[in-house]
Amino acid sequence: MIKHNIWNPAAECMPREQIRAIQLKRLQSVVRRVYDNVPLYRGRMDEKGVKPEDIRTLEDLKYLPFTQKTDLRDEYPTGLFAAPRKEIVRIHGSSGTTGKPILAGYTRNDLENWSEMMARTLGAAGATEDDTIQIAYGYGLFTGGLGAHQGATRVGATVVPISSGNTARQIMLMKDLGTTMLCCTPSYATHIGETIQEMGIPLSDLKLRAGCFGAEPWTEAMRQRIEELLGIKAMDIYGLTEICGPGVAYECMMQHGMHINEDHVIAEIIDPITEEPLPYGEKGELVFTTISKEGMPMLRYRTHDLCQLNAEPCECGRTFVRMNRIMGRTDDMLIIRGVNVFPSQIETVLVSIDGLAPHYMIEVDRKGTTDSVEIQVEVNEGVFTDTVGQLEGMKKQISERIKSVVGISANIKLVAPKSIPRSEGKAKRVIDKRKL
Amino acid sequence: MYVKQISVFLENTTGTLAAMTGLLGKNGIDLIAMSIADTEHYGILRTIVSDTDKAVQVLKDAGYTVKLTDVLAVSVPDRPGGLNDVLEALADEEIGINYVYSFVRSTGNHAMVIFRVNNLEAAERLFAKHNVQVLSQEQVRGL
Repeated sequence: MIKHNIWNPAAECMPREQIRAIQLKRLQSVVRRVYDNVPLYRGRMDEKGVKPEDIRTLEDLKYLPFTQKTDLRDEYPTGLFAAPRKEIVRIHGSSGTTGKPILAGYTRNDLENWSEMMARTLGAAGATEDDTIQIAYGYGLFTGGLGAHQGATRVGATVVPISSGNTARQIMLMKDLGTTMLCCTPSYATHIGETIQEMGIPLSDLKLRAGCFGAEPWTEAMRQRIEELLGIKAMDIYGLTEICGPGVAYECMMQHGMHINEDHVIAEIIDPITEEPLPYGEKGELVFTTISKEGMPMLRYRTHDLCQLNAEPCECGRTFVRMNRIMGRTDDMLIIRGVNVFPSQIETVLVSIDGLAPHYMIEVDRKGTTDSVEIQVEVNEGVFTDTVGQLEGMKKQISERIKSVVGISANIKLVAPKSIPRSEGKAKRVIDKRKL
Repeated sequence: MYVKQISVFLENTTGTLAAMTGLLGKNGIDLIAMSIADTEHYGILRTIVSDTDKAVQVLKDAGYTVKLTDVLAVSVPDRPGGLNDVLEALADEEIGINYVYSFVRSTGNHAMVIFRVNNLEAAERLFAKHNVQVLSQEQVRGL
């Protein structure tokens, strides 16, 4: 029997009709708020001939304009804020690496709601006041650290706000404090797990039981690896700064899709080309509308994340719709010799090779008119053999599997362990040298 | 009576081998025998050293991928056809050789050769039958 821990059953298990009623009421109010306070929304709605009072049912959502990351850049720093500055009590920003960050403002109510969403997230991974939760997401403008921190505090757990980095110290505190839960990026969780293994610390010295991992796309294979390395249940969580941060959606113990906090956001799946909404179950681009946000509400924000929504009832008892694992990015997608390639597909292949670590780099180049793909793979002890023949055999096996799963021919380059940069935030997996 | 060989994965770039041998030298580890299998992008260095445990520790700490393999250290008469006698005996018994390399050092009128074969036990029995001397780790270290 799987034990389900539900932080707020009244909200998380409410009947669908009640969710829809709340969503409509809140949607109407948020549309009024942005129309009255944000010139960009008023302009776009006027352009489409939509007035706030035109939103009479949830289906009317489709008449509202989309927003994009570029809107946040164009309106930098605070052009999309919908509350007076004196009501804004917090600013967070994206971990973006190019140009100016995108910023989000939160009112006191926004922080309350976000804490609640994150408390549900941690609760679904089993968190209670008896837990010690180590937050190894970066603290600062990035929403990961403080977002998880607030949720863990709301749950009443013992919070260890260690932030990311200094892996040896992470492991020391994990051991000495008997940390039961870990929050960080999946690539950092893998790195911590590998370091524990290298240091020869038996898992019986640790009390780790579960972890909530997000902020970058990962795969089912990577989940298995983390669960093995750390001896825990590894939960997928989803969030983005534009919507609030971590806590937008979270896995329950079923580990079969992430429940979306539907009393705070409305999720849609659209066709990224036609922009038409798609029914549940279809694969497309995930779009969010925040319905409780005051500081910086977003109407139909295009995430560029590809996934499916699942409205089937969940065994855990929660009634919130689930989103499945992110299948890729509409904008990270590589088109190689005309084939659509998602880095996550390549990762799935690599982790399926026994002993191979999920550290890799995809390098795309163009010689003349032909795209070439090189995948750098680290040779660790799990796959190292002392004959060239066997290593070449492994290379061949990897490239054959990539050919059959992804549909492209790739050169596999074996590189020394730890030569691919490790990230404590979002992992960089692709170098595209093509001049297109 | 096998000898422990250390295999190390090395990228095929300038200075990687020197960095590794430098590391061993700095730690007072002597290379007794070595060979490199090379490809365009990487190589496998195989070596017998004076202190296997320490070398493995030092290399692992420095982040190298290391593997230990059992090999046979064989003393072959240093005369024309000396190695050939041994090779023919292995072929007659259908024992395959994965790789073979010779020692940096030799003793008197014998050359030292390292064999990695697909059937260590059979090869060892065969060498005994033919009075081919097989050396222990201790003997190798003392060379």
